[in-house]
Amino acid sequence: MPRLLLLRVLRLATLLIGVSVLAFALVHNSPIDPIQAYIGANVDITDEQLARLREQWGLDRSPIEQYLAWAREMIQGNFGTSTLYEAPVIDVMGARFGASLALMGVAWTMSGVLGYLLGVTAATHRGRLADRLISWYSYTLSATPTFWLGIVFLVVFSVWLGWFPVGLAGPQGVPAEDVTFAQRLHHFVLPSITLSAVGVANIAMHTREKMTDVLNSDYVAFARARGESDWQIFRNHGFRNSVVPAVTLQFAYFAELFGGSVLAETVFSYPGLGSTLTEAALGGDVPLLLGIVLVSAVFVFTGNLIADVVNAAIDPRIRSRA
Amino acid sequence: MNTPILTVSELDVSFTQYASGLRTRTLTGIAGLNIEVREGEILAVIGASGSGKTLLAQAILGILPRNADVTGEIRFRGERLTAARRRRTLGREISYIPQSVTNLDPLMPVGEQVRIGLDPKTAHQEQSRLFARYGLASEAARLYPFELSGGMLRRVLFATSVRDTVRLIIADEPTPGLHAEAVEEVLRHLRELAADGVAVLLITHDIVSAVSVAERVAVMNGGRLITVEPAAAFTGDGDGLGHPFARDLWRALPQNRFSIGGVEWH
Repeated sequence: MPRLLLLRVLRLATLLIGVSVLAFALVHNSPIDPIQAYIGANVDITDEQLARLREQWGLDRSPIEQYLAWAREMIQGNFGTSTLYEAPVIDVMGARFGASLALMGVAWTMSGVLGYLLGVTAATHRGRLADRLISWYSYTLSATPTFWLGIVFLVVFSVWLGWFPVGLAGPQGVPAEDVTFAQRLHHFVLPSITLSAVGVANIAMHTREKMTDVLNSDYVAFARARGESDWQIFRNHGFRNSVVPAVTLQFAYFAELFGGSVLAETVFSYPGLGSTLTEAALGGDVPLLLGIVLVSAVFVFTGNLIADVVNAAIDPRIRSRA
Repeated sequence: MNTPILTVSELDVSFTQYASGLRTRTLTGIAGLNIEVREGEILAVIGASGSGKTLLAQAILGILPRNADVTGEIRFRGERLTAARRRRTLGREISYIPQSVTNLDPLMPVGEQVRIGLDPKTAHQEQSRLFARYGLASEAARLYPFELSGGMLRRVLFATSVRDTVRLIIADEPTPGLHAEAVEEVLRHLRELAADGVAVLLITHDIVSAVSVAERVAVMNGGRLITVEPAAAFTGDGDGLGHPFARDLWRALPQNRFSIGGVEWH
């Protein structure tokens, strides 16, 4: 076990180094000039001031030097300073992380539970109307980009029906601390439904396949022959045997969830980590961008790790192989 | 002899299949089968693969695939075995010992699988007793099927089927893949159960063990019951056997004449 743990930590470390180098290289080679993005349309700045700013941000040095300087700070636990917000990256992320976590948490739970239940329903009604509806829904949704679904929801529910606000996490013009919980919730509904709706499809289809296998298995036939009722069969055999792919997907889905939240938050102007990532990329805010990238990498890695642990807990055959 | 426990009359099992496009065709699994198993008796059903013997077990237990059509009558202790009656009797009065160890749930400890259907208050005690009876270590109860050997899993399957209230046991091929000693052990367990008054329907393609354990042997071929012969007639050259197909089958065994048989019974 300690060896396994060490291996995991080592894997995480190499992953983070790889991801940060890649992200850095991508931003460095992007056509966006951080200085230009920072000063925007301000034309009063002299060339001298520009040069000083360039030097202050370390942009006059070679890319390798820049990266190493960032990495040195990073190892000491200092994420650096956001150029866009002129505040420590850690503070900027901290303020956004909560909003994103709530969004992703709700979407994750809803898509997991709903997806599993729909998958089981489809499998137990295979070939019948319920199955066809669920399959149709799932195939359609898995072919739908998150941002597009978000726009459709906005058009239908916010513009046409006027049920939900068009964006943001609270009413416009109201200071964040004055926004009530009900208002927050009101703004929260559409982005979270958008994010959940897409996640449901995957889990539902995989659960449907696995549950069909389980229902056609010898051990379920034997359970029937032993007089177990449908509910007993589900409780005794169906659940444990069918939940493994759902759990694996659900935790591996952390990656897509994060990607989806970037799109959903951007569409809904929802001030979470995802929309901040887009901002950081467009504004050439390298420290903030790298910070969010690293946090998301840890997030996804943790998801996969949990999936492994939970799988081993459910299926003893996996445990003995590890 | 004793009272009949299971009576099957005029049983037909057929399957509807899609042939090409929307055209369907009907495949016959079992046709016009009549059979009776009495209290304390072991009736062996023998036949080649595809002769319909496993379908017979599935029809009695109501676990045929969904595209199967069943007609005819199955009576258990004098009453028709309907879906409602199956719910009350399966696992209590009717037990099934399946062919393959894949019938055990791979994600459930074997002890727990034996305890299914037992009174929760006494289940642990009863399971320990059954484990002891079938020579399984009590620690094995916590193990999963993949951690036990094939022979041990067979014994677990036996333990799942033994209940105080059982009147009929259907054992589907409980012996293939086992070495001679283990086969003898399985047959001994079946004999013990029959001695307790249980009616046993033993489905097998192993003529020798069928003959050694059963009172009567039913021979199936192509979904039809060819004949039911007393087990004692399967001896020597099989001259005591009433039906030529049974004689051919017996004489075809390597230890007998090893003959390919005739076609006189067609």
